[in-house]
Amino acid sequence: MKNLPWLLIAGLVPLAGTVLIAVLPRKFEFRARWIALASSLVTLGVVIAMATQFSVGGTQKFQFVTSYKWIPAFGVNFTLGVDGVGLVLVCLAACLVPFVLLASWRDVQPGGSVKSYFGLMLVLQTVVIWVFSALDVFLFYLLFEAMLIPAYLLIGRFGGAQRSYAATKFLLYSLFGGLVMLAALIGLYVASQTLLGSGTFDFQTLSSLQINSGLQNLLFLGFFLAFAIKAPLWPLHTWLPDAAAEATPGTAVLLVALMDKVGTFGMIRYCLQLFPDASRTFAFTISILAIISIIYGALVAIGQTDIMRLISYTSVSHFGFIILGIFAFTNQSQTGSVFYMVAHGFSTAALFLVAGMMIARGKSRNIADYSGVFKVAPLLAGFVLIAGLSGLALPGLASFPGEFLVLVGSYLRYPALAIIATVAIVLSAVYILWLYQRVATGSPRGVVVGTFGEIRRREVLALSSIVALMIGLGVYPQVLTRVIEPTVKTTITRVGAVELAPTQIKDQVDKQVSKK
Amino acid sequence: METIAAASGITSLTWLLIALPVAGALILLGSGRRTNAFGHLLGVATIAGSFVVAVLLWLNMLGKSSDQRATRDFLFTWMSLGRFKVDVALQLDQLSMAFVLLITGVGLLIHIYAVGYMHGDDGRRRFFGYLNLFVASMLLLVLADSFALLYVGWEGVGLASYLLIGYYQTRESAGPAAKKAFVVNRVGDIGMSVAIMVMFAAFGTVTFQGVFAAAPSASTGIVTAIGFALLLAACGKSAQFPLQSWLLDAMEGPTPVSALIHAATMVTAGVYLIARSNPIFEVAPNAQMGVIVVGVITLLAGGIIASAKDDIKKALAGSTMSAIGFMMLAVGLGKSGYVYAIAFLLAHGFFKAGLFLGAGSVMHGMNDQVNMRRFGALRSVMAITTLTFGLGYLAIIGIPPLAGYFTKDVIIESAMARNPIIGTAAVIGAGLTAFYMSRIFFMTFIGPKRWTQDVHPHESPVVMTAPMVILAIGSVASGYLLMRNQTLQRWLEPVTGFTEPDGALRPLVLTGITLAVVALGIIAAVVLFLRRPIPETAPSKVSVLVSAARRDLYGDAFNEAVFMRPGQWLTRSLVWVDNRVIDGAVNGVAAGLGGLSARVRRTQTGYTRSYSLVMLSGALLVIVLLWIVRL
Amino acid sequence: MNPMNYIYLSAALFAIGAFGVLFRRNAIVVFMCIELMLNAANLAFVVFARINGTLDGQVVAFFVMVVAAAEVVIGLAIIMAIFATRRSASIDEANLLRS
Repeated sequence: MKNLPWLLIAGLVPLAGTVLIAVLPRKFEFRARWIALASSLVTLGVVIAMATQFSVGGTQKFQFVTSYKWIPAFGVNFTLGVDGVGLVLVCLAACLVPFVLLASWRDVQPGGSVKSYFGLMLVLQTVVIWVFSALDVFLFYLLFEAMLIPAYLLIGRFGGAQRSYAATKFLLYSLFGGLVMLAALIGLYVASQTLLGSGTFDFQTLSSLQINSGLQNLLFLGFFLAFAIKAPLWPLHTWLPDAAAEATPGTAVLLVALMDKVGTFGMIRYCLQLFPDASRTFAFTISILAIISIIYGALVAIGQTDIMRLISYTSVSHFGFIILGIFAFTNQSQTGSVFYMVAHGFSTAALFLVAGMMIARGKSRNIADYSGVFKVAPLLAGFVLIAGLSGLALPGLASFPGEFLVLVGSYLRYPALAIIATVAIVLSAVYILWLYQRVATGSPRGVVVGTFGEIRRREVLALSSIVALMIGLGVYPQVLTRVIEPTVKTTITRVGAVELAPTQIKDQVDKQVSKK
Repeated sequence: METIAAASGITSLTWLLIALPVAGALILLGSGRRTNAFGHLLGVATIAGSFVVAVLLWLNMLGKSSDQRATRDFLFTWMSLGRFKVDVALQLDQLSMAFVLLITGVGLLIHIYAVGYMHGDDGRRRFFGYLNLFVASMLLLVLADSFALLYVGWEGVGLASYLLIGYYQTRESAGPAAKKAFVVNRVGDIGMSVAIMVMFAAFGTVTFQGVFAAAPSASTGIVTAIGFALLLAACGKSAQFPLQSWLLDAMEGPTPVSALIHAATMVTAGVYLIARSNPIFEVAPNAQMGVIVVGVITLLAGGIIASAKDDIKKALAGSTMSAIGFMMLAVGLGKSGYVYAIAFLLAHGFFKAGLFLGAGSVMHGMNDQVNMRRFGALRSVMAITTLTFGLGYLAIIGIPPLAGYFTKDVIIESAMARNPIIGTAAVIGAGLTAFYMSRIFFMTFIGPKRWTQDVHPHESPVVMTAPMVILAIGSVASGYLLMRNQTLQRWLEPVTGFTEPDGALRPLVLTGITLAVVALGIIAAVVLFLRRPIPETAPSKVSVLVSAARRDLYGDAFNEAVFMRPGQWLTRSLVWVDNRVIDGAVNGVAAGLGGLSARVRRTQTGYTRSYSLVMLSGALLVIVLLWIVRL
Repeated sequence: MNPMNYIYLSAALFAIGAFGVLFRRNAIVVFMCIELMLNAANLAFVVFARINGTLDGQVVAFFVMVVAAAEVVIGLAIIMAIFATRRSASIDEANLLRS
């Protein structure tokens, strides 16, 4: 069983779904949804079957490795394989898409093409699954850029009034990052050529190279810029609110919950493991930017008047936590970050979807147009609250172990920064609860009268599944952290950061105090 | 330090204490309208089940010798990363047991009462779901075996209070009040997070056992930092200065909620936290002093605020602030205070729940009015409520031999032994308590009728009065039962330790002084509110102190001026910066490139021959360059 | 005979062709001048093949001839089409590409 090309299959299933949708006669256009849902469920099944085969803490760093020759002249192979971090993110991609499809059943406005909407979503899923499992840097780069195409089309063709501005901005921002990364990629290839004799793009070979530190710094920055734009890290975040607000809720989920994770994933997989010395050099600067993201994102979220933009800015804040955890280089913080990536995927998905359902009923993204939703649609309001609570990292829901581990782990490395980050605990309560207060409490006013109705059974199914997953992960995070931790350990060993084990011995405690 | 055995036999059922109300909450909140008909009964049943389990565990514990009583019920590992290991494990020792009995016992009575109080409310099922969640979170808080798991219960309590304070969702004032409670609590949670981070960094563990074992040998700086962080957390949850402002607004919730928040759950959590962390505070005298200062400020401020409120629930809320201030003061006193703090906390659980339920009963009869200026003479129509409220009133002001006398006096004694200034403040606090509680009692039950036209007060149904009667009995007897033969002291000693306060004044003299001050407070209230007619609208020409107290001693004004307005300004300006500066830079680059390309486009003349000229010159240029390079 | 003389001839032909392309307005003449340049290049190729003693240059010359033939077919058709609509073969009047 273990020798099956699982990852290849997991990516090919949605692709097959796309092909089926593409050849579907226009008469049966609405069947596209069922095909999409079915193929995403099959994908989920494949990924679950694969995950059960994964041996935690196995001797091999990467598992389910399949490799095909592609461009031998440049040492490019089509190699797929996952470590613990890759596995949980592939699982996230597989879990999220069925719910997104279910929730965006009627997202396509009359006149839009249902076929291409659902087809593009599946293409995006394929690319995302492969991008998380690529073990060839060239393949990764190609897929990293290829993600933009379906995403651009999804935003540009199916979004709100300002969609073409948002889509173009998103595309140009990402292309700029990708271009710099391409330059770094070529540099990496040349470096491997000088060090090994023949150039290669194979990740496992490259991740044991000792590139000289000056070049490492440049290459690191090239990769990091692309990932920081994708993640998004302050001050490179401004494409996100526009893109997420103008896209349909389903697209926004795929964008923020899945695609943006490629940024933080890339930092762990590529920045840290290919350029360990440079990672250490820049860690503090990046942590500062992450702290700014955390506080700034939260504050700007409080000031938003548009629901979707508000949720986008909360993501900026949460990505700050993830990046802080990655660059604190402790076992707890980095595992927490990866866990937070998954948790944030679910909680943001819930938030965007439930906000989308509300907007579909109220036909307005303006928070001030809503009031008293609870009175009219208690279930909808309840889901707004639960999704929000996950956003503010309430214990018992998925985000909490992530945020908590990041804070505890980062404190070991950067005590002052971790304490500043705790301010977000208060700010997140303000932006979520104030949103809920304005939207759900009080008496129904504005657009919340007339035809504004309760959510349907299909929507309840999608949301309650995500909520169940969030509660499950919040109560038993071990299911993921057990898988993530071994990978994080090898990553930190590769980075060569000083292990910061807490200590009970008194004089060492005192030393730590005097250092502060 | 006592040993903690792994749970076995009946103690391995400790998890049921929490699981029952959690199940209740999940069923009630998840099932929708299907359970509307019997939801409230299910809610009561789960708490009753918990209470029964608690009593069984207590009886079991009584049968063991005092150093064998603590057990730990391991359920599963929550997080385990390197040395960071958090188990979901319930530690049941004497301190937790006392809280569990209080929470489930008083909680049960409040649940029963709520069946009557919420009769006819559309959302009764939902309400009971929230109540169950509240009790479950509080139980988790007191049963956790580590600071991290305690944090979960801690936040759960915050969430449940948020849901319950904002229960009347369509009321415009409920939403902001609930949000305020949660946000202020979260300010306290910063303290909790920081404490946990420091603990892990310093000791490599966050379990009670591990931290308390390491604390004595840690540097003063570390334990003081942890102590102050925990104090911040306790201030948030227990509504202590400077995070007291949410408590008065929390009266937006239905009255049973107020009773639950003030008596059995929530505000007692801070006291529990500090009592639980006693090994840390024992080695951090500065942090202990901080606790005392916070307690003293709050007990005085609470008393002053309570004396000026016309809203019966807000007056009682001020009273809670003051009472919790007493408890904080007591836990700040160290080993000579923990036991007394818990004793007062337990007794307070009875009489404060009784008082709130009494207030709810009054509101029930008075069309939900809360303005005491329009009450008066209710003793004629609400005999049981008057009696139970009266007993609670006498108990809280410390009239012997009721509960307050036994439990508050020892705190004053202990405070006086520590420092005369602290002791005097506590005596003044006792006098204030006597004054404002008498005021409440006189304005509500005695004096002439000042009712509005449309009210027809009546006694509440048995389902409401029965819990009030039981609580009244508790208010009378609990103090004696707890303090007789040092019952509670011997019970808690293995956990918190105990030293006899050693004061200069003889206890009897001090009791005499205290009682005199209390009598003074009552007399002042009699003169001001019984002998003189009470105007139906609050007089506007009042002293500076009264107008300050009416505005909660400017707590809200301060928060608004210092945090809210600058915060709003900051967010507004950051939004502007984000849109104009950061995004403006991005869009500016785009616009610049657009402009540049418009210039460059002019070179495209459309004449074929000019293109070919450019091509030719380009080719020549290349040739020349190649030639130069060759040279 | 010195093969370089053929190169000079080729260069002269190319220059004449280039001059014609730049300074004549009639599309047909411009076209003929392009052919002249192509053939100048062909001549150079053949001469270089001769000088180097390999056949590569001659092969390329054949390619150029094929391409030139194809170009003539398409190019003349375009010029005819433009002439048919505009009644003029002046390339300066066909400046639709300009904004």
